[in-house]
Amino acid sequence: MWVSYLLIGLLRLLVGAAPRFVVPLQSGVRRIFFANHSSHVDTLALWAALPRPIRDRTRPVAARDYWGKTALRRHFAVKGLNAVLIDRNRDDPSQDPLQPLTEALERGDSLILFPEGTRQAQALPGPFKSGLYRLACLFPDVELIPVYLENLHRCMPKGTLFPVPMICTVRFGAALPRLAGESKESFLERARQAVVALA
Amino acid sequence: MNPRQKFEWLMAGIATLLAVATVVGWILGAKVRTESGRSVIANLNTRIAAWWVMVAVFGVAYVFGKIATIVLFAVISFLSLREFITLTPTRPADHRALSVAFFVIIPVQYYLIGIEWYALFTIFIPVYAFLLLPSLSMLGQDTEQFLERTAKIQWGVFVTVFCISHAPALLLLRIPGYAGQDALLLFYLILIVQISDVLQYVFGKLFGKHPVASVVSPSKTVEGLVGGASSAIGVGCAMWWITPFSPVQAAAMASVIVLAGFLGGLVLSAVKRSMGAKDWGSMISGHGGMLDRMDSISFAAPIFFHLTRFFFAH
Repeated sequence: MWVSYLLIGLLRLLVGAAPRFVVPLQSGVRRIFFANHSSHVDTLALWAALPRPIRDRTRPVAARDYWGKTALRRHFAVKGLNAVLIDRNRDDPSQDPLQPLTEALERGDSLILFPEGTRQAQALPGPFKSGLYRLACLFPDVELIPVYLENLHRCMPKGTLFPVPMICTVRFGAALPRLAGESKESFLERARQAVVALA
Repeated sequence: MNPRQKFEWLMAGIATLLAVATVVGWILGAKVRTESGRSVIANLNTRIAAWWVMVAVFGVAYVFGKIATIVLFAVISFLSLREFITLTPTRPADHRALSVAFFVIIPVQYYLIGIEWYALFTIFIPVYAFLLLPSLSMLGQDTEQFLERTAKIQWGVFVTVFCISHAPALLLLRIPGYAGQDALLLFYLILIVQISDVLQYVFGKLFGKHPVASVVSPSKTVEGLVGGASSAIGVGCAMWWITPFSPVQAAAMASVIVLAGFLGGLVLSAVKRSMGAKDWGSMISGHGGMLDRMDSISFAAPIFFHLTRFFFAH
């Protein structure tokens, strides 16, 4: 898809997005990559940093209220990034907002998730929302990979129109182990700490 | 010889030199036994490989002419400034100023070279940009370390955009009896700076004992400086036939280039260390970042440009 290559090329010029792996990623495994969220280019940076065979089966999760708004944005998100759009505001209360994600995982795809739900102005992530916990419970065999996006909060923070080029490193951590009988709160805090540990 | 033939001879000479270096690197790689020796040779070989790429890039830019060369240096400035700003602690209030530095100041500075507007080219950054940038930062209404932030941004723009842009600006000099050959002068500058860097590294590895500035850059030694600088000046003198200079003038110019380049390398190393880093980046394998390769050029280019303009151009 030429849109993907255009986006990746622009991104490399803007932020570099060089990957660093704590443990090398094998292909053919379903994963949920979860990362801190501080800029508009986070999704693209993480996606572009993945090795090609893994990237082809990995779909970013994007908010429908933002990325579905205009035809151009939708084209970039759906055609360029192969994104899964979710309904953050629960416009239709009868629908489970996680349904498109469970469908994608069932199809064998991996996901990129920003569990904070919205962009932060600082380098370290804020509290995580519960979506990651629910997906982890539904899919016990999916690897949960913490990712830290360095420097991107300086590149294009919330409320700015133009980016500042900045060298960004994408750090992939080791898979988060599952603990039997862990509560939702302690799981989410442990997941957040796994991202912080990579900072 | 016409300029084209001079260029072809030059490229053939550089390619031969690199081919010899590549073969020597292979032989050393096969012979060396110790662990530390192996890492030195591995570093040497990645440097040589990166050299081939750099020579190819400059060769292609030369063949495609003035616009390609200007665009190439604009990209070099962009990547160098990106490395500089990444290591500089800026605050969200500087966002506007930084965006303008990348997306307005770099294109305008290089456009001025393209249209050969010399007067505005020399003052655009020191006058207009240096008054505009703090004004934009001020709009962010954050006074925390305002002077330090402004000074760092201005210094980054000065070195990576203003100074480096003087290398392609050599193309706008009008030197009597040297028409159509300005690109060779740019080649001469880059050749002397890089040969000096390489030979200082080689002499330093072979004979280096006494550091020149142990705090700022532990790898630079007196032996490396003396050996590297004198050989580079020798090469500069021997290459007088591609310049508008006589052999003696060429040696003098090469001395200035080598000295300025040496100081540039040390000053930028001090800046880098004050920011807590060893390399500016990891873009060019074996060499660190773009700015690790451009540090010497950034100091040598403006001085070489103005000396040549003052004494040789009309």
